Amino acid sequence: MGARGQLATALRYFGVSAMAALVLMPLAVMVATSLKTQRQIFESGFTFLFTPTFESYRDVLDGKFLGYLGNSVIVGVVATLATLLLGTMCAYAISRFRFHGRAPLAMGTLLVRTLPPAVLAIPLYFIWNRIGIADSLGGLILAYVALNLPFTIWLLYGFLEQVPLELEEAAIVDGAGPLRLFFTIILPLVKPGLAAAAIFTFRIAWNELVIASVLTNRTTRTAPYAVYLFITSEGIEWGRLMAAGVLVALPPLIFTFIAARQIIAGLTAGAVKG
Amino acid sequence: MNDRFRSIPYLFAAPAIIVMAIGLGWPVIESLRLSMYELRLGETITPTAFRGLAIFWEALADPSVHTSMLVTLKYAFVVVVVEMIIGIGLALLLEKPIRGMGVFRTIFVLPMMIAPICVGLIWRYMFDTNAGPLNTWLAAINLKPEWLADPALAFMVICVADVWQFTPFVFIMALAGLQGLDTSSIEAAEIDGATPWQIIRFIKLPLLAPILMITLLMRLIDALRGLEVVYALTNGGPGLSTELFPLHIYKSAFVTQRMGHSAALSICLLLVTTALSIAILLRSNPLKRRGE
Repeated sequence: MGARGQLATALRYFGVSAMAALVLMPLAVMVATSLKTQRQIFESGFTFLFTPTFESYRDVLDGKFLGYLGNSVIVGVVATLATLLLGTMCAYAISRFRFHGRAPLAMGTLLVRTLPPAVLAIPLYFIWNRIGIADSLGGLILAYVALNLPFTIWLLYGFLEQVPLELEEAAIVDGAGPLRLFFTIILPLVKPGLAAAAIFTFRIAWNELVIASVLTNRTTRTAPYAVYLFITSEGIEWGRLMAAGVLVALPPLIFTFIAARQIIAGLTAGAVKG
Repeated sequence: MNDRFRSIPYLFAAPAIIVMAIGLGWPVIESLRLSMYELRLGETITPTAFRGLAIFWEALADPSVHTSMLVTLKYAFVVVVVEMIIGIGLALLLEKPIRGMGVFRTIFVLPMMIAPICVGLIWRYMFDTNAGPLNTWLAAINLKPEWLADPALAFMVICVADVWQFTPFVFIMALAGLQGLDTSSIEAAEIDGATPWQIIRFIKLPLLAPILMITLLMRLIDALRGLEVVYALTNGGPGLSTELFPLHIYKSAFVTQRMGHSAALSICLLLVTTALSIAILLRSNPLKRRGE
């Protein structure tokens, strides 16, 4: 490589590193603040140099917040599993069968992919109260499964379309029933798609704030809304707020590190190959 | 597939269809109904509360609604343009594969994955007048702006938060597009002596246009329908300077409790996002890929 080539590579590294620093710096500020005392936060302005303490985390986890995190775990996990199962089944039907109502179903799910949560929050509040599932984790899970199904169906449809039919045909010849076919042949084949769909669904179910704020009460509240209420009800206690924020941010961050490739595949699915 | 499988697609699709009908279809219909009644939280629909389309016209004539629409359009325009320019620019600069790009890409995805409430919190703290890092650093040159108390600055802050969160999305999309380009026309142009800028301007950008268009539409929809970050960051203030349209919808339902007003406006938002969604479908329809 010539000197010019080396210079270009060095500049490239400088460019991405600068961008990575800009992305990471606010996250680092959040973590740093969560490890400070209220005095450290207000006395000297912001600094990364301080003696860390877990005081804020202790305070946060002492109260009801642990229960709210628990609610979020239940909602996130159950909503994700249900969305994956129903979504893959529906994607399988659309991909492998020609049936009456297929086209309207396909177009309908494509169009509702972009339904704004703000639009859903108000009617969901009224309907869920009327049919008696407001303020329950089950009601919130139902809303999240519905919200995530359209995207999941289309992501998995894309993966199913790439899977060759031979394996299924061989299984049918061997006399496999539809359920066995689906669970033993189809599901394992679309594993990468399931991973991507799981992350995107979990992200919404874990992070969502607006719908959760109207469909839950003091016991069924999820963590993001609990964090929001810290802001308004207790004034600004940055240490505790940031500690709670880190706890809420952590699971999606961990998933990102584990499965970055699937996430990027999910993000670019559709647009790039389209 | 043979006859024995005829009822199968219905059985496989039914659970998803039922859940979407209850959780998405019914709420949209309920919104249409609510938009014709004057209700407060906890009240049930009664014939005396019926106002018909009057609520629509009143909502669309409301000055605070106009303000909110303008703020939203300005916001969507600013963030989408800035994100597209920076994201595409960086992708063009960093197109050549370098070692360790996987790690960098992982880092770039992080802001998109964390909860909007956290994004709101982080930037609220970054720009906090007394304790915030920004003012700590600005103190060196004796500046102490009150970012979130000034309408113009607060608007800038909500834009910064969105640019931080979603520029990497544009970058990743553009990079994926660039790396999927057919290299033969680019090599041919290089042999013909085209400058790097000419190659970008006349070959790469036109070839990328379809992907960039979809990226732009996706960002636009999100910029028009999102409210959570701003809800945590400024809650619409000071005044109405950062009251994005979806936030106005949410607050008029659950704070000022004008259900009809809120539902009517949510129908308007729904029409806009659906129109943009159709625009995406016209460009990239998953059903059409196999020539259906």
